[in-house]
Amino acid sequence: MSDLALAVYASETGTHLVRAPSDRRYLAHVRSFDARAYEQRLVAAGFRFLARSAPAFPSLLHAIHDPPPGLFLRGGADTELLSRPAVAIVGARACSGYGASVARMLGRELARAGLLVVSGLARGVDAEAHRGALEAGAATVAVLGCGIDRDYPAAHAQLARRIAETGLVVAEYAPGVEPAPWRFPARNRIVAGLCAAAVVVEARERSGALITADLALEEGREVFAVPGEIGSALSAGTNGLLKLGAAPLTAPADVLASFGLEEAGRTVDDDGLLDLLPATADELVRRTGMTAADVARALVELELAGAAAAQDGVYRVR
Amino acid sequence: MLARAVTHALVGLEARRVEVEADVTNGIPAFVIVGLPDRACAEARQRVRSGIMSAELQFPGGRVTVNLAPAGLRKEGSGYDLPIALAVLAASRQLPHDELDLHASVGELALDGRLRRVGGILAVAEGARRMGLERVLCPMESAAEAALAGVEPIGFRHLADTVAYLRGELEPDPLPPPRSNALEAPQPDLAEVRGQERARRALELAAAGRHNLLLAGPPGTGKTMLARRLPGILPPLDDEAALEVTRIHSVAGLLPPDEPLLQRPPFRAPHHSASTAAIVGGGAGIRPGEASLAHQGVLLLDELAEFARPALEALRQPLEDGVVSIARAAGRAIFPARFQLVATMNLCPCGARGDPSAQCSCSPQRLAAYRDKLSRALLDRFDLVVAMPRPRAVELAAGPAEASAPVAVRVAAAHERLDGPVLRRSSDADELLSRAVERLPLSGRGRARVARVGRTIAALAGAERVEAEHVAEALAYRSPQELAA
Repeated sequence: MSDLALAVYASETGTHLVRAPSDRRYLAHVRSFDARAYEQRLVAAGFRFLARSAPAFPSLLHAIHDPPPGLFLRGGADTELLSRPAVAIVGARACSGYGASVARMLGRELARAGLLVVSGLARGVDAEAHRGALEAGAATVAVLGCGIDRDYPAAHAQLARRIAETGLVVAEYAPGVEPAPWRFPARNRIVAGLCAAAVVVEARERSGALITADLALEEGREVFAVPGEIGSALSAGTNGLLKLGAAPLTAPADVLASFGLEEAGRTVDDDGLLDLLPATADELVRRTGMTAADVARALVELELAGAAAAQDGVYRVR
Repeated sequence: MLARAVTHALVGLEARRVEVEADVTNGIPAFVIVGLPDRACAEARQRVRSGIMSAELQFPGGRVTVNLAPAGLRKEGSGYDLPIALAVLAASRQLPHDELDLHASVGELALDGRLRRVGGILAVAEGARRMGLERVLCPMESAAEAALAGVEPIGFRHLADTVAYLRGELEPDPLPPPRSNALEAPQPDLAEVRGQERARRALELAAAGRHNLLLAGPPGTGKTMLARRLPGILPPLDDEAALEVTRIHSVAGLLPPDEPLLQRPPFRAPHHSASTAAIVGGGAGIRPGEASLAHQGVLLLDELAEFARPALEALRQPLEDGVVSIARAAGRAIFPARFQLVATMNLCPCGARGDPSAQCSCSPQRLAAYRDKLSRALLDRFDLVVAMPRPRAVELAAGPAEASAPVAVRVAAAHERLDGPVLRRSSDADELLSRAVERLPLSGRGRARVARVGRTIAALAGAERVEAEHVAEALAYRSPQELAA
């Protein structure tokens, strides 16, 4: 239980600790700390603690040079969730409409393909990425930069609740810790640490998202940047990353390929229509005996999956 | 001696009271009409003189002056013949004044004194009712139309009968019983269309949701044939709509004599050489155009890309607002124009595109110019776009297809559901829609159109909510990218 004692001590004193210090103050804390009682209070409040020494602690996060003593958890999902192949989607809080829609799309598509989407519950890109994953019906993980009992920003309390329903909200800080500017970079190391790849959607030149990217690079994780408009301040950070050699992300498949995954949703051809193409919708009606409405529906699914396309009324395999 | 008859002038669809004053004085025989008459109205002089004499009445000697008041309002057409003749007769003491004051009158005179029907009787009668004149003297053929306004029309075949009635010497003839079998008149039937399942389905959706429909394909694939069968699956007009449609057609002089009340949704198919004024209305007099004549019905623009671009662009206002407002030096008028637009076009100027057995000979420039005629803004107004490639011979040999009658029943049921509480989208449907916006070239307006069509599909299916499957089908009828200019 020394991990819990250390985590609580670090939270209460506001220090960044990887290993237990040997000073008198810490020893005094350990002596007076009742781990069992603390854990009972924690569970009663609806939280859990996952110690660094526990076997379920995600190995990727364990491997970074300053792993937290443990993670406080909120939400019902199994701790095994944190060890799944994960991707961080991070970016500007004041993002553009483009950034928001890309973040949402990536959140959804990557989650649908089976990746765990991890982000920081912040406004803008972070929140959109979480929402995208939820849209896909997948679990997602939000890492807080404050105590596990706080919702920051408060406007995302509802989003945090939805995340906790199927996924996890995690923090290295014990209940009661207020958000503070210096805690966010520390939070970012956990976001990066949990993931094998990090995607920066939009970032200004000196953005927290770039810190996440740097941390990911330091730990040898893959970093993707979404290209943006040159000249736009919102894209300066991401375009800078690209210049430095980050992998450009132009489609969800780019990320999936690095995980050895296929894009989801390519196998929607339940009716075997693909084998009958090229054909007009009416020919398909006649050959399959389906109604015109059902054929229309099936063809749209194929189009959405990128498997077929229509020109001048004739559908072809793409 | 001075006498006065009352009638109504039409400004657009609106009736304005006009007093026809006649004055007979001693002097050199002359017959003058003042008060801004147009050509047809000024020519009433000849018709009135001959008509009065043919009715074995006396055209007054001396100077006859007729004033149409208010003098500043332009008077159009031949409907003033009857009030002018009656005012002249009253001024020459051949009619009692006080009787004439209780009636409004309208109608054209033949040289032999018979009364001929004119356009706009319904609007004139409505004007009379608003003025508190319950009795309207009109040609017998128009009496049924005037009765729709809730007045008491008194129909005559001859000027002599009108005069006899006003003198109290003749009981008016009873009105002929209205014929109302217009609804049973045969319509082109969907059973005659072979193949083209997708286009048929789109036609049913168009009817159910009153969506604008664009059929695109090579010549001879049945685009026009299908479009002409749309009115046959639309439900008949309700009373209010029927009256509105009748008023417009009456003003345009297009009311069939045996069908005083139009109960079927009108169907208009102007030729592609039509001018802007012919399409939206206007001209020297302010007359309703094809867009207004198609009010509550169907406007078919066959060969859409052959229409003059200004004429097409002028349709954007009525497509958006459901009205046409026309401003001219002569005045301004607002005509209702809530029509359903059905258009057909080829996929290219030579017509071979979409036809597997022919080679398209259009240069890219020509193709671009052809499609350039259709602005994005206009294409955006079509909720349903269906490409109709040429069917293969096998399809044409297929058995007869579903007839119009069962389709009409489904359409009527869908109308009822769509008039009820709005059908909401399920979360799955929402999700599919946002996915489509991302994956397909679909504008914000396009998204709204798909949502609307999805609602119609759900209503046709009798569903409680708009499900993902309904949205998926709606997406199949979105406007394809290749049609965009």
